[in-house]
Order: sequence, then structure tokens, then C-alpha cells
Amino acid sequence: MADIFRALDDETRRVILDELSARDGQTLFEICSVLAMRHGLSLTRQAISQHLAVLESADLVTSEKRGRSKYHYFNPEPLAEITGRWPVRKKTEP
Amino acid sequence: MKIALTSLFVDDQRAALAFYTDVLGFKKHHDIPLGEDYWLTVVPAESPDGPELLLEPAKHPAVKPYRDALAEDGIPLAQFEVEDIHSEYARLTSAGVVFTQPPVDVGTAVVAVFDDTCGNLIQLLEAKPNKHDDDGR
Repeated sequence: MADIFRALDDETRRVILDELSARDGQTLFEICSVLAMRHGLSLTRQAISQHLAVLESADLVTSEKRGRSKYHYFNPEPLAEITGRWPVRKKTEP
Repeated sequence: MKIALTSLFVDDQRAALAFYTDVLGFKKHHDIPLGEDYWLTVVPAESPDGPELLLEPAKHPAVKPYRDALAEDGIPLAQFEVEDIHSEYARLTSAGVVFTQPPVDVGTAVVAVFDDTCGNLIQLLEAKPNKHDDDGR
């Protein structure tokens, strides 16, 4: 579980997940362009590649090679561990 | 100094000519035999006097690893500007062209990336009107 929190403990990685959850299946180039143009985050391609590797090791991102290109997908399943362990209960009206 | 010609490596020059003219809509400009290969250039139909695009044979051993690595990360090797990216996307998709990135709004422009079937990824760009043009309306 520690790796999920480590992966989420970074604003750039959270933005990457936001963008993948809005539109799944993006290449590294698309993720880099969107972070730079839409979020003003001008990181190097290598830095974003490393962020993706951290997200992949926590299983929050999966990747697939289709044709000659590699696409990245958001996998929210590990997040269920968090609410499974600490369920969100609805507040009961007094 | 101005750009008169730029080039792309292509796996098969005849197939590339067919794709760039029949599918994309460029016009053939030069087609000069040079040994086994050709000096093969195309120009945009709407600006035949503009810069030429040279479709160059991809035989050099450095080309394949270079282009394969860029294709894996989705990095385009050229950018073509279009007036209406959504209609181009629809037109090319129905012609069987594979996009690695559908049109995405990146703020100042809308961009998409397709595979030219000749070994390259190409970016299409529709520039958005300058923000200042909209001011004061």
C-alpha cells in the first residue's frame, strides 16, 4: 500500500492521473504536451517518463504497445484498497 | 534565409508518394530517378510554390532505431497545419489513417498525431485565433 501513497504524493503525478482519467490511452508525447501547454509544467521528457514509471510500479498506470506506439492508461483499482481499509461512511443526520 | 525544402525518411518511396498524394492530398512536384531511388518531392495543393517536402529513402541503418524510438513515445517528425482539424480527422480516419492522438485542445491550438504508414508520426495543427483578436468584440 505504501507505494500508492508514494505515487500520489506528488502534484505532477496527480496531474498525470487527472489527464489520463479525462482521456485514457495517451502517448508520452501527448502527456508531455498537455502538461506543458495546459498546466505550465515544463518538465523534461525523461522526468515525465520517470513519473510514469513510479505510477506504473504502484499499478496506478498501465501501458500497452499498440502498433509502434506505447499508450498509457489510468488504473484506479489500487485506490479501492484505501477506501476498503478506511471506508467512507455517509454522515447520518442528527 | 527561408525554408525551401524539408525531408522525411520513408520506407518505400512509391507507397509514400501514393499516401502523400492520394490520402493526404499533396501534389507531386519532382520525381527524378537517381539510381535505385528517386528525388521525390511533394507540395501542398494550395501552395504549390511553397516549401517542398522530400520523401527520402530510409535505407541508412541509423534511421530505423531513430524512428522506432520516436514512434514508441508518440513523437511526431513533422507538423502540417490545417484549417479544420476535426474535419481532417474525420476524413483521414474514414480513409483508414491511424491516429496515435485524436484532436486535443492544448490551449493555443488543437493538435492530433497520425501514422503516415511510411515510418513517421505526423502532427496536424489547427491554430486558434489569437486571443487579442477576440478582445473588444
